[in-house]
Amino acid sequence: MMKFLTIEPVRVLLYLVGIIAFTAANAAYLVLAERKGAGRIQRRPGPNEAGWAGILQPVADGIKLLAKQVMVPPGTDSLLFRAAPLMVMAPPLLCLAVIPFGDTIVACNLNIGLLFVFSFGSINVMALMLGGWASRNKFAIISSARVVSQNVAYEIPMLLVVITMLMVTGTMNLGEIVRQQAGGFWHWNLLKVWVNPFMPVTFIIFFICMLAETNRAPFDMAEAESELVAGAFTEYGGMGFGVFFMAEYANIVVGCSLATILFLGGWQSPIGVLSGGWFGAAWFLVKLYALIFTVIWIRWTFPRTQFYSLLNLSWKILIPVSLVTLLLTGVMMKIL
Amino acid sequence: MSNFPFADYITGAIFCLAVGTTLGGALIAALSTRIIRGVCGLMICCIGLAGLYWFLHSPFLALMEILIYVGAVCVTIVFGVMLSETDEPAQEKQRSFAALWGLGAVLVGLGVFFAVSRLSLGGPWKVPAAFANDGSVQAIGLALLTTYSLAFELISLVLLVAILGALVIARSGRTKE
Repeated sequence: MMKFLTIEPVRVLLYLVGIIAFTAANAAYLVLAERKGAGRIQRRPGPNEAGWAGILQPVADGIKLLAKQVMVPPGTDSLLFRAAPLMVMAPPLLCLAVIPFGDTIVACNLNIGLLFVFSFGSINVMALMLGGWASRNKFAIISSARVVSQNVAYEIPMLLVVITMLMVTGTMNLGEIVRQQAGGFWHWNLLKVWVNPFMPVTFIIFFICMLAETNRAPFDMAEAESELVAGAFTEYGGMGFGVFFMAEYANIVVGCSLATILFLGGWQSPIGVLSGGWFGAAWFLVKLYALIFTVIWIRWTFPRTQFYSLLNLSWKILIPVSLVTLLLTGVMMKIL
Repeated sequence: MSNFPFADYITGAIFCLAVGTTLGGALIAALSTRIIRGVCGLMICCIGLAGLYWFLHSPFLALMEILIYVGAVCVTIVFGVMLSETDEPAQEKQRSFAALWGLGAVLVGLGVFFAVSRLSLGGPWKVPAAFANDGSVQAIGLALLTTYSLAFELISLVLLVAILGALVIARSGRTKE
């Protein structure tokens, strides 16, 4: 029986089932974590009625969303309206297939895993935009236009940062990138200041771009609740809306996993103890959830920026700085 | 992999899926009257093409196809459509000599079809002994800067001209207020 489970197609299939379960559980419970965090920061208890301390709230939300009819309002482009939630959910699931959770815990160990994540991550914009467009709603269309200009603007510094990382690591295999960071937290790419003194700045640029790409506050121009109702998802109800919401959290998980792998040493232990095997996976999850908590923390601490200052930040600060780091890394690698 | 039951059938089915996606996407792109659905067809077609590249042992090319054509080209087209189009299906305007235009289109289409078929059926196909390269960063960098450096430079020149053209158009629109 164990032998059957290790045949390649069966193994991949089992991993995919696991990934879908992981994503769904994360989406459900990160919503609760978000609401609890928001409550904490705003000095109120947050959801606490369903179950102990609100632990059953995601189940209740899920049942409510599933029980609602998915309405397709008249005048919408019904085909695209139905296709958009599918397109928004598929890419993060695909991306998680190449993310190594531990030394051997990876569904598909691709040589070009980094490129894989970025190429499928780019479909997300298209899906949000089609959803907004198909809704035929002024709010949704404004939101779609914002999503595109925001994502195009932040894709550039993100890719420049990734090119810098590629020059440092010399490989696109995510597992290999983590293996290079073994031996304690001073070997993590975040603190490799002898390769490039700007390495922590690179991490901050990556993190800001990740926030912008996943449309999180303070860059949540796409679903600015106070001005655009719910942005691109204004016309969606029931599980159609639920899928968009799940995809947002799945994208956060993918983005934070990538930040963990590229900068924080993935499954490597920070001080060299308790490393390898399942401990590695535990370290990975600890780092991942610390980053996700930071994302939630930022959302409820900073107000939403204005749209032009959002674009100015990218074009006037992040892109020049990331170009400088790219150049500096190249020069330092050549000299040293 | 080969000891898995029906491995060949599964591979065949996935190949058919890639071909079907490519053809279906292309048909949607060509036949739909709404431009936004046409762009969606183009996107589906590109994803199918990426699958075919994957089958041809070029995962790097496949991912680049998705990153550039789906993530950049299609998004830009949709953005352009959004700023201009009212998304009403195009008015049926009877062109003079419509039949003649149609005939010309059919002739050109058939000509291209037969030329490509003749090339692909009659031409000598060299089977590469192994993979062109292992798809690693180093191999791609070396290939771009040695074997294909001329093509690489030409493409960069084309992109530069496109950027300059866009700047010129945007500038002239701004000053003529």
